[in-house]
Amino acid sequence: MTETIRTRTRLVCEMAVQTARLMVGIPDYDTYVAHRQVNHPNTPIMTYKEFFRERQEARYAVGKGRFRGCC
Amino acid sequence: MGDKMTLQAKIMWSAVVVLGAISFAVVALTRGEPVNAAWLVVAAVCIYFISYRFYALFITGKVFGVDPKRITPAYRHNDGLDYVPTNRFVLFGHHFAAIAGAGPLVGPVLAAQMGYLPGTLWILAGVVFAGAVQDMTVLFLSTRRDGKSLGDMIRSEMGPVAGGIAGIGILLICIIVLAVLALVVVSALKGSPWGTFTVFCTIPIALIMGVYSRFIRPGRIGEMSLIGAVLLLAALVYGRTVSETPALAAWFNFSGETLALVIIGYGFVASVLPVWLLLAPRDYLSTFLKVGTILLLTIGVIIVHPDLQMPALTRFIDGTGPVWAGSIFPFLFITIACGSVSGWHALIASGTTPKMIENESQIRFIGYGGMLMESLVAIMAMIAASVIHPGVYFAMNSAAGVIGTDPGHAAQVITSWGFAVTPDMLTQVAHDVGETSIMSRTGGAPTLAVGMASILSGFLGGSALTGIWYHFAILFEALFILTTVDAGTRVCRFMIQDLIGNVIPAFKATESWANNIVGSALACCLWGYFLYQGVIDPLGGIWTMWPLFGTANQMLAAIALILCTVVLFKMKRERLAWVTIVPTVWLVLCTVTAGVEKVFSPEPAVGFIAHAMRFGDAAAAGRILAPAKTLHEMSRIIFNDYLDAGLAGLFATIVVTMVIYGILDARKALGNSKNTTAEIAGAMAGAGDD
Repeated sequence: MTETIRTRTRLVCEMAVQTARLMVGIPDYDTYVAHRQVNHPNTPIMTYKEFFRERQEARYAVGKGRFRGCC
Repeated sequence: MGDKMTLQAKIMWSAVVVLGAISFAVVALTRGEPVNAAWLVVAAVCIYFISYRFYALFITGKVFGVDPKRITPAYRHNDGLDYVPTNRFVLFGHHFAAIAGAGPLVGPVLAAQMGYLPGTLWILAGVVFAGAVQDMTVLFLSTRRDGKSLGDMIRSEMGPVAGGIAGIGILLICIIVLAVLALVVVSALKGSPWGTFTVFCTIPIALIMGVYSRFIRPGRIGEMSLIGAVLLLAALVYGRTVSETPALAAWFNFSGETLALVIIGYGFVASVLPVWLLLAPRDYLSTFLKVGTILLLTIGVIIVHPDLQMPALTRFIDGTGPVWAGSIFPFLFITIACGSVSGWHALIASGTTPKMIENESQIRFIGYGGMLMESLVAIMAMIAASVIHPGVYFAMNSAAGVIGTDPGHAAQVITSWGFAVTPDMLTQVAHDVGETSIMSRTGGAPTLAVGMASILSGFLGGSALTGIWYHFAILFEALFILTTVDAGTRVCRFMIQDLIGNVIPAFKATESWANNIVGSALACCLWGYFLYQGVIDPLGGIWTMWPLFGTANQMLAAIALILCTVVLFKMKRERLAWVTIVPTVWLVLCTVTAGVEKVFSPEPAVGFIAHAMRFGDAAAAGRILAPAKTLHEMSRIIFNDYLDAGLAGLFATIVVTMVIYGILDARKALGNSKNTTAEIAGAMAGAGDD
């Protein structure tokens, strides 16, 4: 019983962190790594540092026409 | 509503309807005695639940025919970066953070000049039938088109000419938005050393955070945000010392003109610098602060549940109000844009969110639900503006040209309007929040800050912390407005480069430093011109600029809804297309009427041309009308009037043109017996499935 509560709490915390990161444009790194391993095996995978920089640039990329912040 | 409701559910929903109806009746019908804010919140939340459960479900089920088995772009193009299937709660947070901004906070505050009721009714009716429908429909369309942007969808569904016209509209709205938002910051900071110091401090703080997350601990968002938050808090507290030490205060005491130039220069620098150094860290800080403060305000309103001081209706429903000119129709409906319906959201709902949605069945939760949350923020802003004394409200929101600069005179003018207030009250409020004066602090942000300070100090810290809370609220608004200014200048720059690049191809290369600098400078000049014009406007700028901004924003909403309607016709669902036709018609009526009145109204307070002619006649006779002091200033006012008239006219023309294109496209679709949309994957399979 306490075990399930603990797992659930951890899950909720993880989701809160994921939400906060996605709010500033950084998707989940583990998901990215898992995706590359399954779908593109034997191709280079960005380290977290590279991943972070790539996403940061993409969020403000001029040319993609991204808009944020209501009026 | 394909699923059958159980008895239990029926009882529960009946209870929600009854509760909502009672609360709504209390809010709408009470006269003479103050209404508690709790009634407003309960009424709003009940309406949100009912519309989400029934109307939104009807739209996604019957009108769109969402298909939970249909594969979404997140799976089709999954790359772990842009396209990622994302948990719906996580995505909801992302979407909400992207749409929430200054709009829903400022609009309701300005609308409160007519009393809390007209604005509240429009926020609720607008979100249920227009705003949330628009957000959700655009999200649905974009999800079925691989996450295409609004501009791309208009081009592919309505042709290149309509797409081009919409593109010009989007560039114009960008410029006006940036100018108006920057104007809100200038009004909040002029002559306020405490506020100015705190906001200026965010620049070195952002630089520290930027270097930290780039070199010291790459990508540690949590750590850097914590460092930033602590430093920010320190700046906020130390700001009081700065404002109380005359030698230091002099350094941070600026006039509106200087602040405008500083912000224009800052926008340019931020747009040219690499993003990781200044823009990104500030964005992180402002996003977390924004979401956190909105939560805090909501909790505060629920715990404190203050009485509303503002009457339900004021005498200014006749259109003679001092905050903005014009009658309820159409001007109330463009004053509150975000919170009811905002065209800006159509750009976001066709941005990153559709690329991450896991299943079409979640479009209702994220699109409609996200907008309902935004609307709740607008209700909170309305409450914050209504809990302060109406006399103080009008002192803060009337320009110096109307009430003068002396508290005694201002109190006399405002009392003559029927809102009894004494000069002592005005100076006392200023003293409580740690400012020298709160008079003529137009733009909504300071009013909201006073309201928030009174609510938040009501349950955290008591009156001793009112000053801190006030400046915290100013900081929170200034921070995310300036982030929007940075990011918006970059977007503008790109659009300008694209536009000019059609003539001079070399200008399109976004990597070039020369192009970067020229493009950024052009973008800053465009919005900077309107900002400066607003700052030197004796009527406070907001008076002139906010209606223009509202018209532009609702114009974009009308364009987005026209697209939605055309696509519904093309999907052969024209019998149910009234869900988008009704809000489209309403928005077209509002924007076109507002545009035409702004140009042609014989009332100089409303019509730009009438105003220009009044000044023109005086100038010809050699007379100088206040606020101008020289003939040169007179001619500048006249020029700006014609410029603003041109813009308002252009907005109305764009809307009318898009309506014509929309009708032509809808007729063409009616004549074709097949589904003719440009959906990706399974478009034809989707036809005739109901």
